[in-house]
Amino acid sequence: MTEFTDWEIFRNLIMAARWTIVLSLIAFLSGGTVGLLVMILRTSGLVLARWLAWAYIELFQGTPLLMQLFLAFFGLGLIGFEVSAWSAAVVALTLFTSAFLAEIWRGCVQAIPSGQWEAANSLGMGFLQTLRYVIAPQAIRIAIPPTVGFSVQVVKGTALTSIIGFVELTKAGTMLNNATFKPFTVFAMAAVIYFAICYPLSVYARHMERKLNVANNA
Amino acid sequence: MRTELDFSSILPYVDVLLAGLWLTIQLTLASTALGILLGIAGAAGRTCRYRWVNKLTGAYVEAIRNTPFLIQLFFIYFGVSSVGVRLSATEAALLALTINLGAYATEIIRAGIEAIHKGQVEAAQSLGLSPFQTFRHVIILPALEKVYPALTSQCIIVMLGSAVVSQISVEELTFAANFIQSRSFRGFEVYLVITLAYLALSISMRQIFKIAGRYAFPNHRLRRDG
Repeated sequence: MTEFTDWEIFRNLIMAARWTIVLSLIAFLSGGTVGLLVMILRTSGLVLARWLAWAYIELFQGTPLLMQLFLAFFGLGLIGFEVSAWSAAVVALTLFTSAFLAEIWRGCVQAIPSGQWEAANSLGMGFLQTLRYVIAPQAIRIAIPPTVGFSVQVVKGTALTSIIGFVELTKAGTMLNNATFKPFTVFAMAAVIYFAICYPLSVYARHMERKLNVANNA
Repeated sequence: MRTELDFSSILPYVDVLLAGLWLTIQLTLASTALGILLGIAGAAGRTCRYRWVNKLTGAYVEAIRNTPFLIQLFFIYFGVSSVGVRLSATEAALLALTINLGAYATEIIRAGIEAIHKGQVEAAQSLGLSPFQTFRHVIILPALEKVYPALTSQCIIVMLGSAVVSQISVEELTFAANFIQSRSFRGFEVYLVITLAYLALSISMRQIFKIAGRYAFPNHRLRRDG
């Protein structure tokens, strides 16, 4: 059994937390990009595109993230990619994040009164033009609070990548626990670090939401 | 490189799969029922007059909502048992799932309670109902009804999250998947089947909640909404 002081445990966890943050950022950015495409398909006039986007969202919202991770892990190998825990984690988290963001953003787009679409159409603007110049500037404002709120789910979701062997905060926690047999200390510290990452995001989301409500009621 | 899919190697393990499915269903039923009860208690605490009760439930909600379920599970299973309380893996899993759902349900039901018109509460008070009676007979049912769709989604999220309890060797659906995978080496096929099982579970859960809602709130908006 290795001797670790509490400080050493904490320091190791913090070092591993960097990977939690990096993975969260990558998942959020790539998930946001894919999510935007899915949202555009979901709100477009094409029936087939709408249906496909709906199925995509249902599939990834209706199945556990852990299963998506396993499927990415085994599926990537099956289609001939070199599989690392890292690539499987990025792929699965991107799919997961994009499905939720697409649905959140669809709600924001559809909250804009349909008269705006009609007005833009009557000015001769196409679907993408309307989305870009008329709808987006208004929708983004209402999209910020739920999007920031969802980022907390992404950070928490990265904890599951420890199960397929990606070394981030949770994996470091289980490794330190195996080395020190101090589960109470180790997992409490890991929880505190997660809390320190997530809580500011939660507070910010709530703050933005309140501000938006005030602005709308004024 | 292997490209053809082979599902036949899963067939010998169908009983393992069904046993896992049954435990997932049991865990989901128990944690949904207990978690919603905990959420009702939590929401009562969150909206009650005593500040310390308010603060305490608030801290519980924030602590759970801002940490991953996996960490909560490890903390309960490994951490709590290291200080003397012995929990079996299944008990720890049920406890963790309940505590997790309880926190989210608290926040959801609180929103429902706050949406109840003040006049309703004042009317109840003027009829001489105690705070508990007011909560029991006037507030809680309409509050639950207002947030029923959100509550449904949260319970489904908890069911999906229960996949994680395989990590403390609770022999539910995901554990069965890992077991079959380790025997058959057909990882993708096994997880694809199990993923579809979860999808079927979440779709049927939504339907069951919809039907249950029709009985729980017979004369209200739900019918009109679908």
